[in-house]
Amino acid sequence: MSAATTTPAPAPGAAPAPAVDAGALADLPVLPARHPGRWVATAGVAVLVAMVASSLLTNPQWEWDVVAQYLTWPSVLQGVWATVRLTAVAAVIGFGLGTVLALMRLSRSPLLQSVSWAYSWVFRSVPLILQLLLWYNLAYLYPQLSIGVPFGPEWLQFDTLDVVDKFGAAVLGLGLSQAAYSAEIVRAGILGVDQGQHEAAAALGLPRGRQQWRIVLPQAMRTIVPTSVNEIIGLLKGTSVVYVLAYGELFYTVGVIYGRNQRVVPLLIVAAIWYLLTTTVLTVAQYYLERYYARGALRTLPPTPLQRLRWTVAVAAARLTGRPLPADLPPTFLAGARRGHLTRTAPRTDTGGSR
Amino acid sequence: MTSVLPAPAAAPAAAPAATRAPAGGHLRVHGLSKSYGTLEVLRGVDLEVRPGEVTVILGPSGSGKSTLLRLVNHLERPDRGFVALDGEVIGYARRRAGWGRRRREVLRELTERDVLRQRTRIGFVFQNFHLFPHLTALENVVEAPVSAQGRPRAEVEAEARALLARVGLSDKADARPRQLSGGQQQRVAIARALAVKPALLLFDEPTSALDPELVGEVLGVIRDLAHDGTTLVVVTHEVAFARDVADTVVFMDDGVVVEQGPAARVLGSPAHPRTRAFLDKVR
Repeated sequence: MSAATTTPAPAPGAAPAPAVDAGALADLPVLPARHPGRWVATAGVAVLVAMVASSLLTNPQWEWDVVAQYLTWPSVLQGVWATVRLTAVAAVIGFGLGTVLALMRLSRSPLLQSVSWAYSWVFRSVPLILQLLLWYNLAYLYPQLSIGVPFGPEWLQFDTLDVVDKFGAAVLGLGLSQAAYSAEIVRAGILGVDQGQHEAAAALGLPRGRQQWRIVLPQAMRTIVPTSVNEIIGLLKGTSVVYVLAYGELFYTVGVIYGRNQRVVPLLIVAAIWYLLTTTVLTVAQYYLERYYARGALRTLPPTPLQRLRWTVAVAAARLTGRPLPADLPPTFLAGARRGHLTRTAPRTDTGGSR
Repeated sequence: MTSVLPAPAAAPAAAPAATRAPAGGHLRVHGLSKSYGTLEVLRGVDLEVRPGEVTVILGPSGSGKSTLLRLVNHLERPDRGFVALDGEVIGYARRRAGWGRRRREVLRELTERDVLRQRTRIGFVFQNFHLFPHLTALENVVEAPVSAQGRPRAEVEAEARALLARVGLSDKADARPRQLSGGQQQRVAIARALAVKPALLLFDEPTSALDPELVGEVLGVIRDLAHDGTTLVVVTHEVAFARDVADTVVFMDDGVVVEQGPAARVLGSPAHPRTRAFLDKVR
């Protein structure tokens, strides 16, 4: 308590606020707090990172040249495309059907509710790999499929094997089991929307479908998106299970290649890199989707990483050159950028971003 | 439809034709009862509101005021009794049903679709606004006329802008609810309720969720509506507002209407001791 030297010691019990010389304080520079523990931890982790990096680079068993060679191998690229296509179609089926199942579960019809419940029960209980094999063997149960009136005449007939080929079985298996999970996600999202929103929509007389699609679901998306992207990432990796059908997706393709040339680890690394890349794309998409659905839930949206980078560079440049800060910096960012002086007032650059 | 002129925010008296109150709005509530489990919230409430009249419902918390409003636009289903707006029973249709000697007149429950259609004749303003947070103020106002009444968007949008101007928010059309103050949100909610041109407007404690200094702006808008001839039913605790604006004051307690009559009489010389006790407490 250095303040005690400039003010008379307060009587015990009754403590008058020590006088603060505002003028003298205003001119003192403000330094950031010190965190010695943080520095020690940083150094430790830096050593670990360096060890991992050096082993990756120096251990010849990784065979990076083989990895590089097969990373863009035509059949590998075909496998990547097959994986992406499977994921996309299965996700569309999964979330489309999942949304329908969620709305059924929330409907007032007991039959719709129970059918939706039973669907989730069955498709969540049976392992995916088993479902895939069952779909692939659909032709054993139903050699022919047809479109027509239920219990009535049939108009169109197909051979099951033509419709449910390897891709068809894979998409059905992945999509239908995904629907069981996404139904729960969508239902939780809808239940999370404030009851007042349902009521306001009903009080305005909006048609029921419109209430769901325009009012409730967009708000539910805020909670649906993060878990859904999680699910889709799971689905992307889950497509590797389809190797049991000998469908040429990424995992099966690298398996075929290392079966021939015995370069097992490098080819697994090739697959891992592609899974990493595709997942990264999904993660970036998630970020922007979340941002989109946050509008209305937040007063001002947080800056994107790109904006943050641009502003950081702008602040650093301004500090080095001594020029004033650029005018489009948001006030919250400006506060951090001005650290160093409590009272120095840079030319006021209010963007009106905070209301 | 007549053409829509941009209305100056400061002159509500010059409201353009498009935002002026439509005719009608004769509300009759007869013998309305409602229970939640074993709790009887309403016990045979009768009420009549004539077109253009302003009725203020006062009463202690838990007296059934809000439930009454929610029954009027059929957000809840009555156990007994009925609500009729301009002769049309809300939530039911008079039909003949049965065969032979058992054929008789009945009230057939309406489907949700028909109830939703009836609700477009009744505006509802909630205590907590319940604006749609992901839509802008303008989109909030435009939504119901376009999707519930199927009117052309361009025409509705022009009207919506006029309505926002009327509640003094013409500069906030593109703001989302969370960017607005409570008072501004409630004024958008009022514009949203007006957009379907309801014959009757219900207010459920419209100022109870507001900071004291924001109450005035919302009551001001409601007062303008009252002078404009819109039929209003307002549940509130603002006795001064009731004295100022109400034609009729209804005092409710414990699920029944204890006393109702001209505002000056009920507020000035209440006949019932419970009314007197309540007014003494809130004054």
